[in-house]
Amino acid sequence: MSTSYLIRGAALLGGERSDLLLADGVIAAAGPDAAAQATADAITLDGEGLVALPGLVDLHTHLREPGREDAETVYSGTRAAALGGFTCVHAMANTDPVADTAGVVEQVWRLGNEAGWAEVRPVGAVTVGLDGEHLAELGAMADSAARVRVFSDDGKCVWDPVLMRRALEYVKAFDGVIAQHAQEPRLTEGALMHEGVVSAELGLTGWPAVAEEAVIARDVLLAEHVGSRIHICHLSTAGSVDIVRWAKARGIDVTAEVTPHHLILTDESVRGYDPQFKVNPPLRTAADVAAVRAGLADGTIDIVATDHAPHAAQDKDCEFAAAAFGMTGLETALSVVAETMVNDDANDFGWADVARVMSTAPARIGRVAGQGGALRVGEPANLTLVDPDARWTVDPARLRTASDNTPFAGRELPTRVVATFWRGAATVLDGEPQPDGAR
Amino acid sequence: MRHLLSAADLTRAEAIEILDTAETMAQTQSREIKKLPPLRGMTVVNLFFEDSTRTRISFEAAAKRLSADVINFSAKGSSVSKGESLKDTAQTLAAMGADAVVIRHPASGAPHRLATAGWIDTPVINAGDGMHQHPTQALLDAFTMRRRRHGAATTGTDLAGARVVIVGDVLHSRVARSNVDLLATLGADVVLVAPPTLLPVGAEVWPCALSYDLDATIAEHTPDAIMMLRVQRERMSSAGGGFFPSPMEYSRRYGLDGARLRALPDHAIVMHPGPMNRGLEISAQAADSARSTVVEQVSNGVAVRMAVLYLLLAGGRSSERNAQ
Ligand SMILES: [Zn+2]
Repeated sequence: MSTSYLIRGAALLGGERSDLLLADGVIAAAGPDAAAQATADAITLDGEGLVALPGLVDLHTHLREPGREDAETVYSGTRAAALGGFTCVHAMANTDPVADTAGVVEQVWRLGNEAGWAEVRPVGAVTVGLDGEHLAELGAMADSAARVRVFSDDGKCVWDPVLMRRALEYVKAFDGVIAQHAQEPRLTEGALMHEGVVSAELGLTGWPAVAEEAVIARDVLLAEHVGSRIHICHLSTAGSVDIVRWAKARGIDVTAEVTPHHLILTDESVRGYDPQFKVNPPLRTAADVAAVRAGLADGTIDIVATDHAPHAAQDKDCEFAAAAFGMTGLETALSVVAETMVNDDANDFGWADVARVMSTAPARIGRVAGQGGALRVGEPANLTLVDPDARWTVDPARLRTASDNTPFAGRELPTRVVATFWRGAATVLDGEPQPDGAR
Repeated sequence: MRHLLSAADLTRAEAIEILDTAETMAQTQSREIKKLPPLRGMTVVNLFFEDSTRTRISFEAAAKRLSADVINFSAKGSSVSKGESLKDTAQTLAAMGADAVVIRHPASGAPHRLATAGWIDTPVINAGDGMHQHPTQALLDAFTMRRRRHGAATTGTDLAGARVVIVGDVLHSRVARSNVDLLATLGADVVLVAPPTLLPVGAEVWPCALSYDLDATIAEHTPDAIMMLRVQRERMSSAGGGFFPSPMEYSRRYGLDGARLRALPDHAIVMHPGPMNRGLEISAQAADSARSTVVEQVSNGVAVRMAVLYLLLAGGRSSERNAQ
C-alpha cells in the first residue's frame, strides 16, 4: 500500500475550499467524503491558506543529460521541477548526443522514470543532429516507449521552409506537433541581445524582433497551408503576439508559449553586461513585456514554459560575448507568473488561469495523458499546493537545480510551492524534496 | 572615480579635471627630462586581447613617464589563445601585484566585467572594448579640440558651442560612441554622418544629430572639427555584412576628399583616430593638410593617459594616506 494523503481545506484553483484524499495514485475523494474515507494511516496536511493546482507541466525544459551532466542531470533537473510544482517536464532535444533517435529519447525517458521526481516526456529533434537538413526518424520516436509527440530543433530554428513544411505535414500521422524556435539565422548572426536603444549604447550585436516575427509569420502560413498544428516556442515580442493573434483569428491551429523571464525582465537588465541576463531569444523592451502579458491574459499566448537552461559556472563567469545563452527557471516560474500575472491588477488573471497556462494547456499541446487534469475524484493525483502569500528571496545556492544561472538572485518573489504530488506520491513536502526511498 | 570604463560615466567636472590634469602633464613633456615620480613602485598591466600597438605603446609611455612599472600582456601567443578565461588571466596578473589594469578587448563590456564581477580588486581602464567605448580616445580628442578652441587658456573650459561632425562606420565604432557621450557632456554640438547601414538601430536617442549626407552637413553645420572614422574594407563583402557596395562608392559619398576639405570653414580641424585608410575615408590631401591634427592627437594621447593613470592611482594613494 502506498502512503495516502488527506489535504484539508485547500482552495482548489484558488476558489472553493475542499478536502482532498490522495490514495492509490488518484484523487480518491473530495469534500466531506475525503476525511470519511481516509484510512487511519493517511497523512493529514493542513491546506489552510494554500491553493491547490494541478501538477504543473513544462513544455520546454533543458535537462542537459546526456552530454552536459556538469550543468544538470535528469535527476537534478526533475527534482528542481518538483520543487517548482511541476509533475511533468518536456526534455528538449539539444543534448549530446542529440535526441534524434528512438534510442536516445527512450534513454531520457527511462532516466526520468528512474529518478522518480516527475514525468519526463522527451522532445524529439526535427532534424538529424539539429543540422536543419534531414528529417530525423520522427515516426520511430513517436512509436518508441517514450511516445514522443513534441518535436523541436530548439536552440536552432528549422529555417529551411521546405523542410519545415515536410515536418509539419509528417507529424500529422501520429498527432505530433512541431515546436519552432523562431529565429531567422541570417538576421541574428553574432547577435547577443535585443536590437534597440540599449544594444546601440552597449555596442552588443543586436537580435532584432523581426528575426522572430518573420519566421512566425511564415510558419503559421505554412501550417495553414498544410493543415497542421504548430507550436511557437518562447515568443518574446509585441509583433509576435500580433501575428499569433491574427493567425488564431484566421483559424490556424497555432499555440504559443512565453517564458517567465520574458514576462518580467527587459533589455535594461543587460546594462551591467552580466551574462546571467544573456538568453535566447533575448530580453526585450518594456513594451514587449506588456504585450506578452496581455497576450497571455487574453489567450493569444496559450502557455508559460520555462526554457529552463542550466549552464556550468564557467559558461557564465566570463565576458558577455563569450557566455552561454540561457537561464534556469523551474523553481522560479510559478513565482514569476504570480508576480506578473496574478498579483498585477492590470490583468484579470487568477489561479484558474495559472492552472490553464501552466498545466492544462501544455499537457494538451504535448498530448500528455494523465497530466493537467481537473482536481476531481478519479483523476491521477498530480497536483501541487502553493502558498500564495509567502514571499521568498532567491538564493542561487539554495535552488536545487545543479546550476546557478538564475537571473533572479537576490530578488524577492511571491508564492512558494509547499507540496507536490506525482501519481499520488509526495515529491515535495514542506517545501523540501522528499528522500528517494520515501517517494 | 575608481575605474574608467565609459566616457558616459564622466561628469562634466570629472572630464574637465582629467583634461586640466592632462594639460599639466603635457607641459612637463616639453621638458628635457620627461619622467615624473608619482607612480613610482606601482605596476600597470596592459592587458591587450586585440592587436593595437598604437594604444598599447601610448599607455606604456604614459605609465613609464609617471615612473610606474609596466607589464605588457598580449593575448597573442599567450595562454589566452589556449583557452584560458579572462577571469583566470586577470586574477593571475592581479596576483603578480598589478595596481591598475589597462584592458583592450574585442568583446563589448569586457572591462566592465573585469571591474564589477568580483574577480579582481584593481582599478580598470578601458583601452577600447568591442563596439562599445574607448574613453581615453574621446578624452584625447576633446583635449585636442579644446586646445584648438581656447589656445593657451584652456584650464577649466569645456567645449560649449563647438560644432563637431563625426563621419563613418558609427555602427562598429567605440570611438564614435565615446565621443558622442563626452562631447555632449562638454556641451559640444555633434552630428554623426554615415550611410544608414552603418548607424545602429537605437542611435536615434543619442545626444547628437544623425545625417546620411556629408556635403549637406558640412554646408549646414559648418563644423569646427570633422572627425573621420576608420572604415574596414571588409565591411563591404557579404561575409563582412555587406554594409556598402564598394570602397569607391563609400569614398565618393563619405570620404573627405579635396572638395569637401575646401568646403570646410577655414578654421576647421580634421581629426582621425588612426590608423588611416588613405583613399577610403580620408584623402591623402586631407590627411596631410595643415588642418590635420592626426599627429597632435597621438602626442595628446600620452598626456591624457598620464592624467587618467595619475588621477586613478596617485589620487587614491594620497587620499589613503590622508585617511591614515
Ligand atoms: Zn529556444
